[in-house]
Amino acid sequence: MNETVAIILAGAAATYLTRVGGHLVLSRIKRVPPRVEAGLNAVPAAVLTTLVAPAAVFEGPAETLTLLIAALLALRLPMLPMFFIGGAVIVALRAVMG
Amino acid sequence: MVADTQREFLKGMRSSITVVVAALPFGILFGALAVKNGMSATEAVLMSATIYAGASQMVGIDLFGKQIAPWVVVLSIFAVNFRHVLYSAVIGRHFARWSMAQQAVGFFFLVDPQFAEAEKRQAETGRIPFAWFMGMALPIYVLWIIEAWIGAQFGALIENPRALGLDFLLPIYFLGLVMGFRKRAHWLPVVLASGIVSVIAYRTIGSPWHVSIGALAGVLVGAVLGGGGKPTPDEAISIAEAQENPAP
Repeated sequence: MNETVAIILAGAAATYLTRVGGHLVLSRIKRVPPRVEAGLNAVPAAVLTTLVAPAAVFEGPAETLTLLIAALLALRLPMLPMFFIGGAVIVALRAVMG
Repeated sequence: MVADTQREFLKGMRSSITVVVAALPFGILFGALAVKNGMSATEAVLMSATIYAGASQMVGIDLFGKQIAPWVVVLSIFAVNFRHVLYSAVIGRHFARWSMAQQAVGFFFLVDPQFAEAEKRQAETGRIPFAWFMGMALPIYVLWIIEAWIGAQFGALIENPRALGLDFLLPIYFLGLVMGFRKRAHWLPVVLASGIVSVIAYRTIGSPWHVSIGALAGVLVGAVLGGGGKPTPDEAISIAEAQENPAP
């Protein structure tokens, strides 16, 4: 088995664990300490932010501006239109700003 | 009984239509970007079929393209999917009438829109029939896999992804997901902390460490701020979030 397939299968096992684990584990624990719960609650946004922030800062002015516009759009629009407009904006801004 | 099962299955299939349509571009995009990041079409299809969680699949191929250590990739997939823990705890209570095997299968298909629809169904009729659940899950799942394959074929044809902005669609997509969490407690301080720390780490220590270090900073801020105070109404928030995410 090559490494890519191993990564995929390990990722799949980890994902299934999150889908079945909440029921098996979380529902049995009477009280999760509030700090732990708040920390866990922050996990997805914290991880995803680290994938956006360097792109927003280091890629260039067109990219920074695109993410700024996309963030504002996301306040008003659902994911799908925001995503398509964001895609159009990056193409347009790159054409204009180089 | 058989007629009842069939009717519920068809009803579930009807509930899947809007999700199938909304997920379509993301399923194809995943396949195309997976190939652009060095995966084969078979690996992209395998990923959609076994992980079946769009956001984490995108994270996976993003990190994969950057030659990052395997354990970091797997841990990041796990972290992005961590929200499912809450879905699972909430929805699991309504699976009590299902057999163990049905539950084991059902949890595999617990993607965001499936969770949102199932919670709605529970609220409307007081039960979630297994046939209905699978009637909704299977079309989304099967098409999600086919879309990865179609995307991979397209991806192989695209010679200049930069001109189409393809290389920058993932950050836009991830930003959309981050914004989708904005109703959570302490969202802004968490995002600022992981954003600032990840940028500094990216500059000083370098990739891929900005992911784990930045995320850790955000989680710590969340834990510190969330110490005392009133508990948040997790259930309502997680349903609203699930509805914002259009794809598996």
